Order: sequence, then structure tokens, then C-alpha cells
Amino acid sequence: MLSRQPSASETSQAKFEPRIVAFFCNWCTYLAADLAGTSRMKYAPNVRVVRLMCSGRVDPQFVLDAFAHGADGVFIGGCHPGDCHYQEGNYKTLKRYHLLKRVLKEMGIEEDRFRLEWISAAEADRVRTAINQMVEKVRDLGPLNLELKDLENAYAEEVLV
Amino acid sequence: MPEISQLSGPEAVRVGFYVCHCGTNIAGTVDVKALAGYAASLPRVAVSREYKYMCSDPGQALIEQDIADHKLNRVVVASCSPLLHEATFRRALGRAGLNPFLLQMVNIREHVSWVHLDKKAATEKAQDLVRAAVQRVALHKPLQKRRVDINPSVLVVGGGIAGIHAALTLAEAGKQVYLVEREPTIGGHMAMFDKTFPTLDCAACILTPKMTAVGSHPNIKLWTYSEVVKVDGYVGNYKAQVKHKPRYVIDDLCIGCQECIAACVYKEGKTPDEFNLGLSMRKPIYLPFPQAVPQKVVIDRDTCIEFKSGKCKKTCVEACGDRLAIDFKQKETFDEIEIGAIILATGFKTFAPERNPYCGYGRYPNVYTSLEVERLINASGPTAGEVILRDGKKPASVGIIHCIGSRDANTNRWCSKVCCMYSLKLAHLIKEHTGAEVFNFYIDMRTPGKGYEEFYDRLLDEGVHFVRGRVAEVSDWAVHPSEEGKLVIRAEDTLAGFVRRIPVDMVVLSVGLEPQSDAQDVRRLFNISCASEGWFLERHPKLAPVSTFTEGVYIAGACQGPKDIPDSVAQAGAAAAEALALIDAKSVELEPYTASILEEECSGCKSCISLCPYQAIAFIEEKKKAYINEVLCKGCGTCVAGCPSGSIKQNFFEDEEIFEEIEGVLAYA
Amino acid sequence: MKYAYYPGCSLRGTGRAYEESLLAAFRLLDVEVEEIDDWNCCGATTYMSVDELTSYALASRNLALAERDHSEIIAPCAACYLVLNKTQHYIRDYPDIKLVVNRALDTIGLKYRDKVKVRHPLDVLLNDVGPEAIAAKVKVPLNGLKIAPYYGCQIVRPYSTFDDQGDPTSMERLLEACGAKTVRYPLKTTCCGGSQKGTLPEVGLDLIHYLLSEAQKNGAEVITTVCPLCQFNLESFQKEAGERHRQTAVPVLYFSQLLALALGAPADTIGLQRGFVPIRPVFAKKEIAYA
Repeated sequence: MLSRQPSASETSQAKFEPRIVAFFCNWCTYLAADLAGTSRMKYAPNVRVVRLMCSGRVDPQFVLDAFAHGADGVFIGGCHPGDCHYQEGNYKTLKRYHLLKRVLKEMGIEEDRFRLEWISAAEADRVRTAINQMVEKVRDLGPLNLELKDLENAYAEEVLV
Repeated sequence: MPEISQLSGPEAVRVGFYVCHCGTNIAGTVDVKALAGYAASLPRVAVSREYKYMCSDPGQALIEQDIADHKLNRVVVASCSPLLHEATFRRALGRAGLNPFLLQMVNIREHVSWVHLDKKAATEKAQDLVRAAVQRVALHKPLQKRRVDINPSVLVVGGGIAGIHAALTLAEAGKQVYLVEREPTIGGHMAMFDKTFPTLDCAACILTPKMTAVGSHPNIKLWTYSEVVKVDGYVGNYKAQVKHKPRYVIDDLCIGCQECIAACVYKEGKTPDEFNLGLSMRKPIYLPFPQAVPQKVVIDRDTCIEFKSGKCKKTCVEACGDRLAIDFKQKETFDEIEIGAIILATGFKTFAPERNPYCGYGRYPNVYTSLEVERLINASGPTAGEVILRDGKKPASVGIIHCIGSRDANTNRWCSKVCCMYSLKLAHLIKEHTGAEVFNFYIDMRTPGKGYEEFYDRLLDEGVHFVRGRVAEVSDWAVHPSEEGKLVIRAEDTLAGFVRRIPVDMVVLSVGLEPQSDAQDVRRLFNISCASEGWFLERHPKLAPVSTFTEGVYIAGACQGPKDIPDSVAQAGAAAAEALALIDAKSVELEPYTASILEEECSGCKSCISLCPYQAIAFIEEKKKAYINEVLCKGCGTCVAGCPSGSIKQNFFEDEEIFEEIEGVLAYA
Repeated sequence: MKYAYYPGCSLRGTGRAYEESLLAAFRLLDVEVEEIDDWNCCGATTYMSVDELTSYALASRNLALAERDHSEIIAPCAACYLVLNKTQHYIRDYPDIKLVVNRALDTIGLKYRDKVKVRHPLDVLLNDVGPEAIAAKVKVPLNGLKIAPYYGCQIVRPYSTFDDQGDPTSMERLLEACGAKTVRYPLKTTCCGGSQKGTLPEVGLDLIHYLLSEAQKNGAEVITTVCPLCQFNLESFQKEAGERHRQTAVPVLYFSQLLALALGAPADTIGLQRGFVPIRPVFAKKEIAYA
């Protein structure tokens, strides 16, 4: 298909390479990422994957911690609804995702910096496109400039609530 | 959060780091020397090495030696996916006397070298991941795998040739087997075929003895007209619920005399016969085919007058007499079974050619599918083995069109593997039965297999015509008088280099193989995955072709992908052997990734209890604390993430370990 | 509901009869349409083969304009219908295309939201109005006029959204509701030769001949089409095709012309005078008492 050529303005800009932390479940999305590898698909090298057994293990604190320590984006990958290896862990993820989105919004973290995708073990191509899209979007947003102090205060308040 | 410094002192953390070249698979894209150098500079790393193949014996020996020489108490291996070699390196640690869970793997092949092109960026990413692993591994704790007993019975789902072969193999080994088939008889697709390629031995002659053996084997509990509706448990200890659909005939009382069928108030069958693909009619009370196993009739409630009006003369009951086998009030029943392993052999369905609008199926009566022609050729089929058209005439010319629903971007992209060979077989049989001119239209002729290419050669000698070209359309549009009243196949002959129009009396569509329409439901039921096309996903395409990602669940036959009879049988044997290896070990080790409650911190809020899909968490009223039953816990960690007071921990995925990993990958700043 | 109406260039050029008759039929059936303000080229043919992205951008501008006030857009020309459909599919399937298209639209203050459904008049007439409602409003029954319904390639391939790809029947159902008879026509989706006529004229003429002769062989007195290019191609080269194959002339109309005529529209308002092969003798023979 089409490969988008970067425009002159994009190439001339100082290169900002976003750091994205991803939490992939062991049974679907991590496998899909492995399959992307064995299929030699190519995607942006900006994502660092943390493997968990289930996306339901993603504690909201992990996401906040990642942002607090300099992540420009956080990506969660789990099994499709109905396909969870542990029956319904991904539904819990979805609930927490919606809650977190609100929290992040209040903290001034743009919506596009936080993404949840259902990617089955067979959907290697989806790993590739989702990562590429996210990297593009976060690159457009620029670095996440949070004053760490403020964040920690906000974070403490949220946790207290 | 415990500070890592707390871990120093007399029992200081000493990490050994190993990066694998994997030939050039990793070293071609990641600067492994730089990576090893970088790791050496990290705190607590005592040894850092690179090696061509870490998973090789010398590679593992290197780790073992270093553990002894350098008093390592943590190991990080940067190589391929942990799903491939985590077990390998854990064993190496074990041999060196270190707890296997003091290992952390870094996936720099599937997640780095194979997916990135820029060496600098790939190496930077690898460094981040390595730093995270080195930080994380410092917090790893020794863990013990749990050992559980294995129930030695096996459930086989699907009674086609694969399921039959797997069930017999296990039964012969003395294991209790439950064979569940949803149709009223076992036999599957193979029972519908006439001959089998390339040897042309008769399908029934080789299948029927196996079917009978299944029916009479003391170790096999055969349940036809039944479906598995619920599966619980884990490897070695599965529980399944099997639903028996009412056949309105009592299994134990029916002797298969079929007098009821003859006596049915319907003099002639009026319902399209499923087994003959609608090419003949059956009555509401019927036996699917003469060699059906079990030899028990079944009543179709949708067409039986008694069910429709309640006013039938019930001549069938009369004919059955004092055997009293017919029971119109039969209800569905359920059985609960306990098994240690499960083999899925649920097969395939054939492509519905209506989806290809250019092949004329459903529009022209003389366009048939290959499976329909199998029935026409079969001596026990609707025409008693005569290949005749719907108007009773014998075709003088027949066109066989390959790749209908295969290798087609509009329908299915995959090659269905068996069609070239069965098309050759049908060409031979049609020619033998009718003397017709037979044309094969093919894209590529694919005949790899023992004796397959030789069979193709034989067909060439027999005077069957081969046109290399994808058929554009089948129509009744006549350009020339010789085409009037015929079906015209239009194809570009890519060897001759022009478009050909070939008029024929009969068109046979070589339909491809597809996953069963309920494959997605079945895989959810058994907690396995499907590849994107819908075939069941094997654990490894080469090295674990019948295992799945769910321990104790195996797959065999065409449910995993298109395959012919020899391959299906070979897989069924392999799956049976895998199941035997599992259950004969008597017990199995489970990953220790379970969660547990830190009692002193638990506030007794009960938030976790509803989060657990396995009812593994109970509330102890006296203590006002939650309690996790380790045997029931499957280790997803959902409750850990949901505990408001942080008082649940998951082995190997403790909060601190994950925080270290997150902060590790980001620590470059 | 009011449909957005996208005429495209052909319906203002060679295909005027299509627009005149279709709008007349819509009026008589109370189908309300509103022409999109300031529509542009659909992006078919030349653009699609030279620069796909520009073509998608052009098509999506029309879609973006339509979806401001409408949920459905009628595109009578087969080429427009296909390009609008294709654009929707590609924007859905390829995020890169969506990105570029929306960047282009952004420069003129528009955004494509994928909110509008592309409909063909056959689809609307058959599924929204219905053959029974049409039959009830017929004033001039077509008296068993024998029609070969010809669909061409673009409305059924590859996105056959409302009819069968290999054997579409919507035109049959509509025209039979008006009292016509349709004949068996196995070539109803075979290429009309329109694209070959310019490059390989002999191939184009052969195709035209096959289409015309097969219709006549099966007893058709008129061929109906849904595409301005098919109509033009099948009708304009009958003489040339005839020289090659001893072909006799057969009128080629838009299905909408017969529909409007049956609903009582005056013959001179629905473009019947624009045809090269006279249709009135056929009507006279069938004793069709048109207005």
C-alpha cells in the first residue's frame, strides 16, 4: 500500500523520538508481537514492552508511574472481549482504562498518549499498525512535559480519593 | 517499595548477563558487543557475555559455569521470546543449583532485531530492555512450581478420521477415552468419499473397521449427537459438561433393524438427505448412512409429523414393537466428566461456492461441488454410483475447476492443499464411470506427497485434459452452435496464451476447505486461539504442531488447517502421543504465578472477590480478611491490580518487580 | 427523508437523459432529493489510474459535503457510485489514506466523518420505495415490452452492496413492476467494451456485438442500462459493430427512462428523443400509450 512520505517540514524538524511503555498480555498481544517478529514486519522502535500474564494485571499505578518516569505514551494490549485467557480480565482492563482516561485528562495528559487495543495472537499486523499510529500521534504531540512535582501531588490526591 | 540497596550486603545481588547473537538473527541488527559492554556497566552486573547461540549446549554450559565461578545469584538472558526458551534457561539455572525463577529474559529478537531496521535505534531499545531486566531481576525471589496429579482420562472432540484415530490410539494404550461427536454418527467427511488418493483404495473399506472398533472398544465411551458445552479446570484436571441431544430413540434399546424407517407414514423421503448433500431425500426417521456408527436411528423433529401435529399414526412405534426404542418425550441430558487432557479434532467445512458468483453454482443445475460428485460416484450414494446429471443423462464432457474458495483474494487466500489431488482422483473416477472427456482447469498443480506426482503423471497418460488458467466464468451463453445447451467455461489458457471457451455438460467445482463456522465458539470453550483465518492455532508451527497455548489441550486434523487423510491421521497419532506423555507422567508442574493475600495489610473490603473469575478468593469472616485458594488461582493478576490497599501480591509479577521494569526502560533520561 | 443527490459530470453531458428521467421518476414517486451544493468531479477513470490519492480526496470532498446535511447520498452514474464506495472502503481500511485525505480536506475546512451511506438509484427504488408501491403508481403499463437488463461492471464489482455480484436482478424486479418482461441475459455483467473502444477498438466492437446480439437472440426489444458509459458505448457504435458482424440495431435506454414513462412522465421530458436508435416504433408496436 501507500507508504507515506514524510513532508519536508517533518524531516527538517529536530527529531523527537517518543518513549512509549506497553503492557502486553502473555496470551494474545505478546504473542502477536512475537508473530510480527517471526513475520519480519517492521515498525517504529519506540515502544518498550512489559509482559504481564493478563491485561487485567495492569494496575492503574503502572500507567501513572510510567508517565511520571518520562513515558510519552502508554499502550495496553489485551485479548479481544470474550477471548481473555482468564475469561474476563480484559473487561476489568476496559473499566480501568475508562477511569484512567478521565484521570489523565484532568492531569493534562492528552488522550492520544494512552491507548488500549485488543489484539489477538494472530493479529501481528495490528501490532504493527497500532504501534506505528501511536508513535505518529505521540510524535505530533511532542514530549510530555509534566512538572514531576505537580504530577506527584496530583497522583497522591488521586490515590487518596 | 524496598530499595535495591537493601539487597546488598553479605547477600549482594550478582547478575550474570548473556546476549545471544542467534547467528545473525540478532547480531545483524543489534550491536551485541556494545550491548554486552553496556550491561557490564550496569550496577550489580558481575559478568556480561555475548555468545553465538545461547540456547545451544555450550551456551547453557557457559551460564552454569559462571554461576559457579562468579557466584551469580541472578541471570538475565537477552535472546528470543521467553515463550520459546525461558524454560531452557530456567533448567540451566536449576542445574547450576540456582532457583530457576531468578532468571529474567529479554526479548531482543522477535521484539527488536526482527522488527527494526535501524541498528542504532534497535541497539538503544535493546539497552533499555536490558537495563529494565537487570533492575527487575534483582527483586526476583526463589519460587517453587506446584505439582498436581493428572486424571488419566482423555476427551476427544470430533469423530472424523482424526478423532477416531486419536481415540483408538489412546484406548489401545489403556486410557479411558470420551469421544464426543455432534452428528448422529462418527465418520466425518471421510465417510462421504468414494475412493482416496493416490492409491484409490475405497474410503469405506478402510474407515469402517476403525469406526466399528471405536463403537465396540471397552475403553471408549462414544457419545454421538452430543456436544461439549462447558469446560473448566486446568491441565491434568479438566471438567467438561457434555450435552446429549435427544434423538427420540433410546440408544440402548434400538438394535438398528431399521424397520421403523420402512414403516414411517412417509412412503418416500421428503427431506434433503444431509449425508448425500441434498442429492437424495430421507424420511424424518433415518440412519445417516448404512455403515453409521452407532447403528441407531434418529428422528428429526423438524420434519416428523408427530412433532408437528401430534396426530401421526406412529407406524414407526408399531414397527418397533416391544423393543420400545422410540420415545417422543426424550429430553436433552447432560453428563459431567473429569479428564486430564483434551484433543480437538473438529474438522473443517467446505467452501460454499455461492460466494463466488462467477462459477454458476446454484444458477445452473449441472454445476456440482466436488463433495456432491463424491456422493454421485459412491456406490452407496444417491445414484448408486452412476455419474449422471440432474436430468438423468450421462455427461459426455466434464470440466473440473480448481481453487474455488482457495488462493483467491476475494474469498480465502490459502491453498486448501487437498483439492489438486482430489480433483485428479475425481477426473480419473469420472472418466472411468462415464468415459467423458474431462478438463481440469488449474492455477498451479500442487502434488507434493508420496505417490502424488506419480498419480498426476498417470492422469496425463489417461488422456485427461489440463488447462492452466484461472476460470473467469461459467455461463450458458453460447457464441457458437456447438455451445448451445452446454455450460461454457471461459478461462485464459496461460500456457497457450489465449482465452479458451470450453463447452461441457457438467461442471465440478473443487471447493476449498474452511474452518468450521463455529470454530470461534469452540476455541473459546476450550480456551485456545485461532489464527486470523479461523484455523486453530498451534503452539509452534514447526516444533509443537499439535499442542496449543493451553496446557493439556491438543489439536489434530483439519481443524488446525487444511490437510489430507494421511496428515490428519499422523497428527491424530501425534496428539494422542502428546496426551499420553502428559498423563503417563502422573503429575504435572504448574507455573507458580499465583496471587496471595498479605494478611496484615488486607482491610477486608472484599473488592477482590468479585474480580476473580475462578472463585479462588474467599472471605474469612473470623479474621475479616480475604484468602486466595492457590489451587484455584490461575495467576492472571487481575485481583492484584484491583486491590485498593495493595495487599495482594502475584508471584513473579509483584508490583515492585513491575515498577522496576517500567522505571528501567525509562531510566535513560 | 431527503437524499443527497450527486449527479456527476456524465449526467450533465452524454447522460442527460439519465438525469432527466431519473429525477422525473423520483418526483412521481415522492422520493425527495437535494443536489449537493458545489459538488466536484467524483475522481473516477483518469484520476483513479494516475493518482489514487487525489482521486480519494476528490471523492471524499463530495462525501464530506453530503454528510453535512444528509445521511444518504444517491449516485446514479455507475462510475461515481463505484468511486464513492471505493473511497469509503479505502479510508476505512487504510489509516494512511484517511490521514492524507483529511489533511487535504482540512485545507478547505472540511472533515470526512464516514457518516454518509452511498446508494444507487436501483437500491433506493427497490428497497426504500419497493416494487409494489411502484406498480401501484404505474399509469402507462409497458405491455410486456421485452427488455434485456444490462448492469455492466461497476455497480456490482467489487462492492455488490445491494445485489448479487454475478447475477443481479434488481432491474428485472423494477421493470417487471412496470409491466415489462425481462429476457434471460447471461451477459448482464460482462464488460461493455467502453474502456477498450479507445485502445483496442476491435475488442470493444466484438464485445458490443456480443452484448447486442445475445440480447436480440433472447428476444429483447430494448436493452436497459444503469451507466452512462455503457449506454453511450452500446448505442453509439451499433453501425460499426454492425459492419463487422451484420448486426441489426437495438435501442439502448436507461432503466429510468422506462420507469418514468410508465409512471406517466411525458416522453419528451425524459430524454427519449436523445437516442440514436429510435424507440418510438417499438412503443408503437407494443401499443404503449405513453404521454
